[in-house]
Amino acid sequence: MTTRTPRWRRTSPVSYFLLATITFLSIFPFYWMFVVASNTNAEISKSPPSLVPGGRFLIVAKKVMNAEGVFFNSALLNTFIVGISIALAQVMFSAVAGFAFAKLDFKGRKSFILFVVGTMMLPSQLGIIPLFMLIKNLHMIDSLLGLIVPALVTAFGVFWMRQIIDAQIPNELLEAASIDGASVPRIFFSIVLPIIRQSSFVLGLFAFLAAWNDYLWPTIILQSPKHFTLQVALTQLKPMYGLDYALQMGGAFLATAPLLILFIFVGRRLVSGVMDGAVKG
Amino acid sequence: MSQVLERKGSRKAPLTPWKKSKKQEVFPGVKSLNGRWGLLFVAPFLLMFLIFGLAPVIYSVYISFFHWDPLGGSEFTGLRNFSLLLQDSDFWLAIRNTFSIWALSTFPQMFMAIGLAVILRNSRLKAKSFFRTILLVPNITSVIAITIVFGQLFGRDFGIINGILSLFGVGHHIDFVEGVVPSHIAIATMITWRWIGYNTLIFLASMLAIPDELFESAAVDGATKWQQFRFVTLPQLKNTITFVLIVGTIGGLQVFAEPQQLAADGGSSKQFLTLTLFLYNQAFVNNKYGYAAAIGIMITFIVLIISVINFFITRKISNDGTR
Repeated sequence: MTTRTPRWRRTSPVSYFLLATITFLSIFPFYWMFVVASNTNAEISKSPPSLVPGGRFLIVAKKVMNAEGVFFNSALLNTFIVGISIALAQVMFSAVAGFAFAKLDFKGRKSFILFVVGTMMLPSQLGIIPLFMLIKNLHMIDSLLGLIVPALVTAFGVFWMRQIIDAQIPNELLEAASIDGASVPRIFFSIVLPIIRQSSFVLGLFAFLAAWNDYLWPTIILQSPKHFTLQVALTQLKPMYGLDYALQMGGAFLATAPLLILFIFVGRRLVSGVMDGAVKG
Repeated sequence: MSQVLERKGSRKAPLTPWKKSKKQEVFPGVKSLNGRWGLLFVAPFLLMFLIFGLAPVIYSVYISFFHWDPLGGSEFTGLRNFSLLLQDSDFWLAIRNTFSIWALSTFPQMFMAIGLAVILRNSRLKAKSFFRTILLVPNITSVIAITIVFGQLFGRDFGIINGILSLFGVGHHIDFVEGVVPSHIAIATMITWRWIGYNTLIFLASMLAIPDELFESAAVDGATKWQQFRFVTLPQLKNTITFVLIVGTIGGLQVFAEPQQLAADGGSSKQFLTLTLFLYNQAFVNNKYGYAAAIGIMITFIVLIISVINFFITRKISNDGTR
């Protein structure tokens, strides 16, 4: 390791400048949400506008929570319930089915996989009207159940888990266990699940984030403000007359803050999740 | 392609190669496990996937042949929905808007993402992990929050972006809602901001799969940085570019929340009515289920056509590359 740095490996200051710019651009909108939410509308509308946070954030936050007909707090709770239910269900169903697709030999296995992968190409709007009719017939319109049930399984999750189990679990390990007399469910629970714990967590995170940020489906099936998720509630933060930027941005900030806090703890894992998926996909 | 081949190559060779000639599939899993559990394990997934995933898709094709009134009474009309759709100027407007926004958000983003990935590929870069992580922050933000922030930033009278543009001598304030091209740029910016980091990581992952030795030997042979990129990096990215393009196309055809939040009807002259917003409004505002289902089928056709074109272009490029 005493060799000099090869020329192609040296980093030019331009690289750091570009990375600093992109870092700034990635962060700025969040900062700006807070700036607008903590200033008066007059401060923001003057030229040049105030670029530093003001002292009104708590007032605005209170206004968001108490905004008429919005129920921000129950929206927060609803979003948590939906996100966690969907994440848990997707991990569970995907792990079980992914394991079978990766390691078990059964009739029709290959055609099922091809079929599942094939449907991943279909845009999700294609079935949205019949899905709405179906959820309506099941009396799940305007309920959290109507958000959770259609999202319990995804083709993507199963395919992803299949790849993970295929890559992370050597066949020899399972063979040895089966020779020792362990049954297939036993092998799944005590060998496969512990090994794929980390990847399951990443899949769950992606499912949680997708559920948290979903807008099209909730806006289709939810009707009463008490059942709204955060994204739908945010769109209701409009005063009757004129524009209240502080109110809207305060809501946007409060709806995003939980994800930012979560991101501090899991950001690196999400990064490796995205990059692993890229190499394998 | 090489990644795929490597993966297949790394699998164990079949123990009974003669079976291959009988066209039996090579099963990569564990033979000693009782396969009969397999169906039981995939049953919950398949069952729910059929009910909530596949059945609606098939039923969608069915109702597209009907004049379907959700309040009751539907009438078989054959291909009438499709012929009406092809004569509907809003449909063509939505196609124009969707493709314009798609192009504006896909291509600049892809160039920037590849460029950023090249920077991040450098193994001597400091704070690598920090930059990678920060890049993903926009991706976890909800579309609605993004639309609220960017709507304000792009504001005609008090928006910062117009403020900055006037510093650069743009005399009049641009209306990023009323103008056709400006509104497309505004929406494309929101999409680019959200997805550029994600795509950079995807490109970075496939660049990291290129061994350092390739760059070293290229450098020894006197290749410039650009030549290294052009002849070492770029050929390895073909699959990833195809992947990003196809995913971007599917995503681009689903653009909904941004235009809907700017104006629910797609703007005063429908300047940013996208295909999915058009579908949503026909189905859930106008209650024209059959008509809206036909829109969904046209969207699917477009995705399939673009995927096929993409596939053939990539195949041609990779064939040229190997000869």
